[in-house]
Amino acid sequence: MSMYDNKQTFDQDDDSVVVIIGSGAGGGTLANELAQKGIDVVLLEAGALHTTADFIADEWASFNQLAWLDDRTTSGGWRVAKDFPNLPAWICKTVGGTSVHWAGASLRFQEHEFKARSTYGDLPGANMLDWPIELAEMEPYYDKAEKKLNVTRTNGNPGLPANSNFKVMYNGATKIGYQKCSTGRMAINSRPSSDGRTYCHQRGFCFQGCSYGAKWSTLYTEIPAALKTGHAELRPECHAARIEHDAQGKVNAVIYFDKDGNAQRQKARAVAVAGNTIESPRLLLNSASAMFPDGLANSSGELGRNYMQHTTASVYGIFDDRVDMFKGTVMAGIIEDEGGHDPSRGFAGGYLLQTIALGLPFTTSFLEPGTWGRDFTSAIDQYPNMAGMWIVGEDLPRADNRITLNMDRRDQYGLPTPNVHYTSHPNDDAMREHAYQQGTAVYEAAGATRVVRTPPYPATHNMGTCRMSEKARDGVCNKHGQAHDIDNLFISDGSQYTTSAAENPTLTIVSLAIRQADYIAEQMNGGAL
Amino acid sequence: MPDITTSRRGFLKGGGALIVGTLTLSSGSIALMAPTRTWALEVNALDEHQGKTLLKFARHLYPHDDLEDAAYALVVKELDESAEDDPGLRALLQSGVRGLDGAAGGSWLDLDDDEQFLYVAALEGEPFFDKMRSTTVVSLYNNDLAFAHFGYPGEKGHAGYLHRGFNDLHWLPELPDKASGPMPDAESA
Repeated sequence: MSMYDNKQTFDQDDDSVVVIIGSGAGGGTLANELAQKGIDVVLLEAGALHTTADFIADEWASFNQLAWLDDRTTSGGWRVAKDFPNLPAWICKTVGGTSVHWAGASLRFQEHEFKARSTYGDLPGANMLDWPIELAEMEPYYDKAEKKLNVTRTNGNPGLPANSNFKVMYNGATKIGYQKCSTGRMAINSRPSSDGRTYCHQRGFCFQGCSYGAKWSTLYTEIPAALKTGHAELRPECHAARIEHDAQGKVNAVIYFDKDGNAQRQKARAVAVAGNTIESPRLLLNSASAMFPDGLANSSGELGRNYMQHTTASVYGIFDDRVDMFKGTVMAGIIEDEGGHDPSRGFAGGYLLQTIALGLPFTTSFLEPGTWGRDFTSAIDQYPNMAGMWIVGEDLPRADNRITLNMDRRDQYGLPTPNVHYTSHPNDDAMREHAYQQGTAVYEAAGATRVVRTPPYPATHNMGTCRMSEKARDGVCNKHGQAHDIDNLFISDGSQYTTSAAENPTLTIVSLAIRQADYIAEQMNGGAL
Repeated sequence: MPDITTSRRGFLKGGGALIVGTLTLSSGSIALMAPTRTWALEVNALDEHQGKTLLKFARHLYPHDDLEDAAYALVVKELDESAEDDPGLRALLQSGVRGLDGAAGGSWLDLDDDEQFLYVAALEGEPFFDKMRSTTVVSLYNNDLAFAHFGYPGEKGHAGYLHRGFNDLHWLPELPDKASGPMPDAESA
């Protein structure tokens, strides 16, 4: 019996189940947390089941196996709309979602990042808001998430050993005076974990799925654990199309297309949406009804808005000697010195510098998209001598950066496809420029003979679009991810984010999912759900 | 040579034209992989002149002086295979080649490299150019010949570099323990 076999299946007319849409960091974690409490869950996943044995050490082949490639369009001032017009985000359509692909960086938010509006002010051109939660309320859940993910440098876990790419970063960073530089906090086993997963073997194919299972993913942790309880059923290749509600405005069923393209209807006691930041609002918009003409949970008009991706870009240094950046973990180390809020730098919020490594196929496709000629090829000629770092910083919410529906462009199920509109805020541009300069200084201090500035490419960090807010008029859900308008509808992924903070989002998504499970169980026990 | 037919029977069976080349370097990573110094590519949607023109065009777009034509031939192979099922693409490529020859007043291939380049650069933004660029930047670098040439092991890294040099950079000072971490198997042993 495989660890993915359902021990329990639920009838489509069973209206006692919680239906969770999406099996990534948010949905997969929520499913397990609820199942552990004895709450019955149907977990719908649009993608197919690909296990660790299926992962491919080949960038393009793996991309075609794991990435979400359904039709999408883009608009706005961002360069991705020109370079990758139908690929706004690099996220996954597979059991485990983007937790299969992520690099593993697991950092807590800083206290002030939950209070972005109070700390940074009401910046023009941004739709600033404080989170309805504070760090102190999240700390117990961060503790639980770090244990669950077996994060290095927490709970007595050692850090991961440095690879060559990080040695370059570290030497440059310390030469220019940075002090907070290490192999970081990673959800990658630095020694075997208690659930039987082995340690990192430094493959370097983190983005292609960890074939050792050393990097945490819901695929081989939360999901099998949930199935083992007998309180969860996984349905892969089931694409949610619409959420239905009753005359009182409570959601009561999910319509989805199964792997043969047949429409199915699963009744539900509650529905949790965790399809990532593009699909989650798309589903709620596509669920518009006479009672909710602008989409479910959209009385605020904020549904789909405030789409954030982090302020990103990359810097590649070229050296006289070999680095072989592709050997070992992709996110092999971090510089945290620029992570705080220091307006004297000319922007609000902070950023982190983390190593990144791409193989030859992705380096050539992403280093300078659209370019050609000798300037480009002379950099590629020195591929083994390259070191790479990725910039990840706080991106501000903007009302017009949003997901909308293309009513005249339909997907394979006849559903309106999403359009992703994004234009960076001047604060993002100022932060990116600062980070480019600092990243360049790091590599020059380490001896780089040439530094290449790589523009942002399709984002893996996607946040906002169903944001949580204290007041119903400011957002889609409350501090528990519960829709302001519909008590038994939950947002359970990064769409909940009020603001982006600088840190990689997964640890906070997992922490929120653990917290949300407690809340749902409480509400059920109290008879409110 | 991987992916390139050297079989005369394959040539006859396909009924296509054959583009033949010789490795220019007798040493080097690609030569080490090759059983012989000659290579051949069968094209079916394109003719030999068109194939050779596209190969040279790809070389102007992404010039690596030491990279064998055999690697660029893989770009032509992909274009030719796609064009077999896509008449629109075939027409685009054929008219692209005709356009180059027309502009050159004969065969663009007969011009010297600097002159050829001017005609390439003049096409930037045209559909033919865009197709050649977007195909070449993926295809040229996504094969074993390119991996060998540029020093990327690809799937040979599948098992992991933990004991195969993940940290073998020694031209910079080693890191203090607090910035790094122990080898996992040393720890568990």
